[in-house]
Amino acid sequence: MDWLTFPALDREVLRAMRKTLDGGYRDFSRNYGDQIEGVFDPLLVLLVWLEQTLIHAPWLVVLGLAMGLSYVISRQVKLSIIVGLALAGIGVFGMWEDTMRTLAMIASATLICLVIGLPLGILMAQSNRTQSVLMPVLDAMQTIPPFVYLIPVVMLLGIGKIPGLLAVVIYAVPPVIRLTNLGIRLVDHHVLEAADAFGANRWQRLLRVQIPLALPNIFAGINQTIMMALAMVVIASMIGVKGLGQSVLQAITNQYLALGLFNGMAIVILAVIFDRTSQAYGRRIQKHRQDMPRGG
Amino acid sequence: MADDPQIYLKNIYKIFGPRPKRAMERLRQGMDKQTLLDRYNNLLGLADINLEIPRHQVQVIMGLSGSGKSTLIRHINRLMKPTSGQVFIDDTDILTLNDRELRELRCHRVSMVFQRFALFPHRTVMDNVCYGLEIQKRPNAQSHAQQWIDRVGLTGYEDFYPPTLSGGMQQRVGLARALATDADILLMDEPFSALDPLIRREMQDLVVDLQNELHKTVVFITHDLDEALRLGDQVALLQDGSIVQKGVGADFILRPANEYVASFTKDINAGKYLSCGAIMESLPPQYTHLDTLIPSGTPIEKALHTLCQTQKNEALITNGKDEPVGLLTLGKISQAIDPDHGKSPHDRQDDKNISSAS
Repeated sequence: MDWLTFPALDREVLRAMRKTLDGGYRDFSRNYGDQIEGVFDPLLVLLVWLEQTLIHAPWLVVLGLAMGLSYVISRQVKLSIIVGLALAGIGVFGMWEDTMRTLAMIASATLICLVIGLPLGILMAQSNRTQSVLMPVLDAMQTIPPFVYLIPVVMLLGIGKIPGLLAVVIYAVPPVIRLTNLGIRLVDHHVLEAADAFGANRWQRLLRVQIPLALPNIFAGINQTIMMALAMVVIASMIGVKGLGQSVLQAITNQYLALGLFNGMAIVILAVIFDRTSQAYGRRIQKHRQDMPRGG
Repeated sequence: MADDPQIYLKNIYKIFGPRPKRAMERLRQGMDKQTLLDRYNNLLGLADINLEIPRHQVQVIMGLSGSGKSTLIRHINRLMKPTSGQVFIDDTDILTLNDRELRELRCHRVSMVFQRFALFPHRTVMDNVCYGLEIQKRPNAQSHAQQWIDRVGLTGYEDFYPPTLSGGMQQRVGLARALATDADILLMDEPFSALDPLIRREMQDLVVDLQNELHKTVVFITHDLDEALRLGDQVALLQDGSIVQKGVGADFILRPANEYVASFTKDINAGKYLSCGAIMESLPPQYTHLDTLIPSGTPIEKALHTLCQTQKNEALITNGKDEPVGLLTLGKISQAIDPDHGKSPHDRQDDKNISSAS
């Protein structure tokens, strides 16, 4: 009746496997952890600088800056006023400092995601082979529960800002890669043929035709990336990222309903601000899509 | 045919599907088209195309959809490469060009107008027309582009985005974009097929006007015989990837190469497209007493009108210098307009049987 039980590997074998893997990775992080941490130092500098600037600058300046920036990006006075009111509201409820920390985290993470994601997306759109290699990696990145990949990050880099940032980036970068790739691939091939027929080289074709026409999708990707970074901030607080997420975590463990709600709302408000501003920008740089007649 | 061809397509074969070179060998060894498709999934797109396209003239390539005409035109600027064969432009085999030389060619020598316009939706009309000039890195692109925008009748629309314009207007942008590069070869891939008949007519007139002024070498693709006869100095008819007949338009009406060509031209209004020169008889000696003179380029329906008005049965056909070169008779006109008329009632009965059987 041997065939009734699943022929699983021996417990000993499994334990040996886990031991080797854990041991190997531990040795790896002991030997190379410092060097690898060194690689990320510039990021830490950026993040810390941004955080300290936001926290220590007078709140009026930060508020004005946020309103000004959102106006410059979106060219909408209404949006700029909403941004001002929302941030002021957060401050009134005593979450100013935490919000600034989270803001610094999101801004840095998004920046890194774009720097990595846009070129990767473009590369992926250029060759089917790159796509077939990257696609499963992206799928895995998006489906592995984020808690699971916190473990190697923490083992390697310990607890703190950099591992947190790394976790956020890993979690948030797939959409921008995916949608940049998709957007470029969806560009009408008739239009590309026209670009070729007039003697454009690959670079000219990419910069003047493919990317501009892929912008709606690229922007959808950037938007998603920002939203996912915000969502990840809460999880990243488990490995020592300070900010709104930490308060949420505290609220969960202690069952503080109000604290959780307040901080949750602050995260939502940040999300709305980022979302509306980036979408307004996306629309603004695609003038040709406005007042387009339908049909006919 | 043409004494000064600018473009010469020599033994062009194009095979689609996996491993086209292998399929080409199989074709050379005598495998037929259908077997190639059924057994190896290779589609023979173009088969042994030989075509000399005359300089400064309009070469129309006509055929139904799937006949390979769009494939053929893309060989001239190497948007497609033939599986076998050569493409010469001014004695240069463009298949030997490297990438940079090819871009030069596309940028300065050959420009193209597309069936579905293929305009850049994110650029204004002005920026679309400037596109080729930007690639050429030409100074004063804007003022140069403006001339062509004015010439195709788009003045005032410079800052519009293409998707906001009607089909006819969009194709004017396409035309201006192609003309602006000052290329001497213009490829037009069914440029007016997507337009309403009235607009199409207008655009054809525009092309005729422009050609009278610019004398470019134009390769014009169409599935519409009227358009072919109206615009083409030379016409080639494609069927299933092969040229079944090439020559001047009148040949297609008067001397169709086979049944297929004849079925194409059967319902055409010959009176409109045949000129007197195409059907005139040679001038009998001392036959100069007629006082009705008709230039040889006149369509025969006009000539018929003239003959009716003057109540004559014959007229002298003259060349550009008003010298008589031929004789036109009512009998010839009637024969050209209704070729079946001469047939015996028995033959005509047969025709009917065939058509009702099919």
